[in-house]
Amino acid sequence: MKNNIEDTIAAISTALGVGAISIVRLSGKDSIEIVNSCFQGKDLTKVDSHTIHYGWIKAGQEKIDEVLVSIMRAPKTYTTEDVVEINCHGGIISTQRVLETILSHGARLADPGEFTKRAFLNGRIDLIKSEAVMDIIDSKSEEANKLALSQLSGTTSNLIKNFRERLKQLLAGIKVNIDYPEYYDIEIITKEKITQELKIMKKELEKIIQESKNSSIIKEGIKTVIIGRPNVGKSSILNKLLQQDKAIVTEIAGTTRDIVEGDIYLNGILLNIIDTAGIRSTEDIVEKIGVEKSLSMIDEADLVIVVLNNHEKLSIEDEEILEKTKDKKRIIVVNKSDLNKNLDLSNKNLENIIETNTTTMEGVNPLKEKIKDLFQLESLKTKDYTYLTNARQISLAKQAYESLKDAEEGLANQLPIDMIEIDLKNTFDLLGEIVGETYNEEILDYLFENFCVGK
Amino acid sequence: MYEVIVVGGGHAGCEAALATARKGHKTLLITGNIKNIADMPCNPSIGGPAKGIVVREIDALGGEMGKNADKAALQMKMLNTKKGPAVQALRFQADKIIYPQEMLKTLKSTKNLELQEGMVEKLIIENQKIAGVELEDKTKILSKIVILTTGTYLKSVILTGSQKTASGPHGEKESKFLSENLKELGFKILRLKTGTPQRIDKSSIDYTQTQEEKGDNIPHTFSYDNIIYRNPKDQVSCHLIYTTQRTHEIIKEHLQESSMYGGYVEGIGPRYCPSIEDKVVRFSDKERHQLFLEPESLFYDDIYIQGFSTSMPHDVQELMVHSLPGLEHAKILKYAYAIEYDAIDSRQLKQSLETKIIENLYTAGQINGTSGYEEAAGQGLIAGINAALKLEEKEPLILKRNEAYIGVLIDDLVTKGVKDPYRLLTSRAEYRLLLRHDNADLRLREYGYQVGLISEEKYQQFRVKTQQIEELLKNLNDTRITPKEEINNYLEQIPSSPLKDGISLYELLKRPEITLENIEHFIEVPYSNEVKEQIAINAKYEGYIKKANKEAEKMIQLETKKIPENIDYDKIPNLASEARQKLKEINPTTIGQASRISGVNPADISILMVYLKRNG
Repeated sequence: MKNNIEDTIAAISTALGVGAISIVRLSGKDSIEIVNSCFQGKDLTKVDSHTIHYGWIKAGQEKIDEVLVSIMRAPKTYTTEDVVEINCHGGIISTQRVLETILSHGARLADPGEFTKRAFLNGRIDLIKSEAVMDIIDSKSEEANKLALSQLSGTTSNLIKNFRERLKQLLAGIKVNIDYPEYYDIEIITKEKITQELKIMKKELEKIIQESKNSSIIKEGIKTVIIGRPNVGKSSILNKLLQQDKAIVTEIAGTTRDIVEGDIYLNGILLNIIDTAGIRSTEDIVEKIGVEKSLSMIDEADLVIVVLNNHEKLSIEDEEILEKTKDKKRIIVVNKSDLNKNLDLSNKNLENIIETNTTTMEGVNPLKEKIKDLFQLESLKTKDYTYLTNARQISLAKQAYESLKDAEEGLANQLPIDMIEIDLKNTFDLLGEIVGETYNEEILDYLFENFCVGK
Repeated sequence: MYEVIVVGGGHAGCEAALATARKGHKTLLITGNIKNIADMPCNPSIGGPAKGIVVREIDALGGEMGKNADKAALQMKMLNTKKGPAVQALRFQADKIIYPQEMLKTLKSTKNLELQEGMVEKLIIENQKIAGVELEDKTKILSKIVILTTGTYLKSVILTGSQKTASGPHGEKESKFLSENLKELGFKILRLKTGTPQRIDKSSIDYTQTQEEKGDNIPHTFSYDNIIYRNPKDQVSCHLIYTTQRTHEIIKEHLQESSMYGGYVEGIGPRYCPSIEDKVVRFSDKERHQLFLEPESLFYDDIYIQGFSTSMPHDVQELMVHSLPGLEHAKILKYAYAIEYDAIDSRQLKQSLETKIIENLYTAGQINGTSGYEEAAGQGLIAGINAALKLEEKEPLILKRNEAYIGVLIDDLVTKGVKDPYRLLTSRAEYRLLLRHDNADLRLREYGYQVGLISEEKYQQFRVKTQQIEELLKNLNDTRITPKEEINNYLEQIPSSPLKDGISLYELLKRPEITLENIEHFIEVPYSNEVKEQIAINAKYEGYIKKANKEAEKMIQLETKKIPENIDYDKIPNLASEARQKLKEINPTTIGQASRISGVNPADISILMVYLKRNG
């Protein structure tokens, strides 16, 4: 069953407004464990109830947001279950990503009003208080009934359906081998065959997930951070992109002490550009804060533009910046191309280098083109939207991908095929939830239709 | 006056009658022909994927099928040995003379159990409660409980070609009026169909054109009693052949003469067991279909052609059989036939297998729309246990989907119902990994003991086994090895990678290449293979087992949320109309069961739970 009252649920429980602190809330018996598994800070499973803790939410090694986490253990909570609230600071994109991370660690996206429903079912709210709320839940649930097939575009849903079709054939093949072990005329699904299929499937699913990431970009914009040493021309690049004098451009190193922002549209896609304080070791306290903030921006950015000075040799700070941004989507702008070349990047093995001239508009268009190129903005506009539309779908797809990886690991560990089948079936079910197909005898029906078995 | 009457002496009936009698309740087993008790009217084998595990479960609970199959073993084979432990299953070729003979012996020597020949044609009901049965000669026999295990005998008709004969299997007498009676009482009746292939005279087969299929070299038993009746050296073989182009031509040419394609069949046949004409038509691209020649008994010469069931007229069957390699001159001893029979809609049953319509009336086996000896026996045992528990005014035994294939089977029957005869398959079990051949006793023996079908002595043996498993597990977790040279040298020659840090032996055992024999290099493991096997399986598949247990736990939570029997679904606002209709029809007893009904969505479950809370 899809939505189980025993699941741990999560949702963003504040309105998605710009600049406000937003809260990701979880309820259910695994809440604390789930948050703890992606939290850098104290061991949350050991802290007292009703306490608040500082730390980071991480996806693997990547820091997503600096957060405050409130731990509230059952039963004195809103739902009477274990409740965790994560206060996120990083704006819409990182809050979404915090939610996605939580979802891929085992929580399920809450239905509308589900927290209140649980509070009621668990006897936390009395009947009169809940009457009105319940009516809303009832009507919402009915809507949900009708909305089984979500708002997926035809292309995405077809992609996933085709994908499931492939999986179904593989699964039915394995199942026939299990239930009819002496049917010799049937193809035996070997580990080699599964390995080969897995490779293809992982690639396809990766693509779907990747394109989905691009889709949140359509809705929420690309968070772009311009970073570099002081006085390499970051602000002037921002200004050129914005074509207005928003950042203060001066010749004195360290002018931009705070963060300057601006929005442009590229092919209709919002580009939220942030200019940062120049990175250098400094004793000036105000500037120091600015530098630290600049570095932390890197983690949250969808795109980093690293600016280097053509006229100067690569400094230690430059190297540091390059190192720190090496796993990000990145464009390297070599500015001041009109001055003598002293910069040598030849043995750095860097990609996406654009040269710009500080005083003219030279290089700005190639920069824009490069951004479009990196995010496949052309294709996003011209192709149909092939992506998953919400955090729930994205998290299901990621879980499906993880499940495929489990299968791969199982194969590597010499586990028998019927174990691998469990992971593949799990992938199949997760993808089924995305497209709203959860009929559980699907594979059996397919098996009997396509294999000639029986006594 | 009896406490229990069991109607029908097939695999369900035998288990049901033994269970109630062994639990001390005066029981009468009524059957058309005592000689036919525990007959195997179709294939001469017991077990197979999923089914073999059911036989183990029956044994763990204190039923008879496992022990009886061990006595009748002709060939023993563990299937899927190259796959994981969860899908391995035992299958025996069983002697069709010994099996019924031994079962009859057991029945006759059981206290509180009487056998009687007769055809039950009517139920005696008082105030929607069963009171006894009426035979065809109008004799009335009274009892507190009746268990119907009538198999394929309700209004059964044998079909070959355009010929239709009212009869049970092998020309046995059918029950003419009982299903009409059930209909009058409010039961929904389904018409189902199944079939059986020809039996061939062994001496007329040229075995040089066949491929021999032998049993395993080591003995196996279904029962945890572990008594070996057949020496592996004395096993009989089966033989593999394939249909020919000529066979397919004959079938296509005469297709309209078969009962099925001639339109003489009303019943719905099993999808997993199509007739040969079905295979040829539906899978026309296949050049051949495989058939097994299986001996039925050491005491007579009938050979069963597995895979060749048909409803063709006799003359066409002659042509078909003679087109098979090695069977050019085969003598047909019994012709194949299709059989149609009535069954009840199993959604009219409770999880205990008591009917919702008539109190104290239970049904089990093919009458509930299943097929297979093992499926029947499993239901029979549960119906018997629950009938006895009802007499004792105790709660019924309901096995959950994570506890037994029998639980999966019964839950599927009462929740989803059947369209075609239901067969258990491993893929029907979502917690397959937990429902293994090797751990049936660990799952179920406790229940068997509690209901009183497992003796104190056997229970104590079982307790020793579980304690040894715990001891060994603790021992392996507590014993740590460190990266000493001697140890790493040993590991490298296995070959396994050397240690970098100290680990427990249990952690070491998790490595795919490490066996318990390797562990015995470090400590003594003075336990039986069964005990060792449990530890090894748990270590190797821990991650998967944990996942399955976690999923199962969620399901169990939902099973504890009861739905009152008298709930009025019309009073619940906002339920989707399909869900409302299904819920009314099936009347699930728990939220868990409700959530498994197709057409009932999570949102409906939500609404239902809110309603129950509001009005509870």
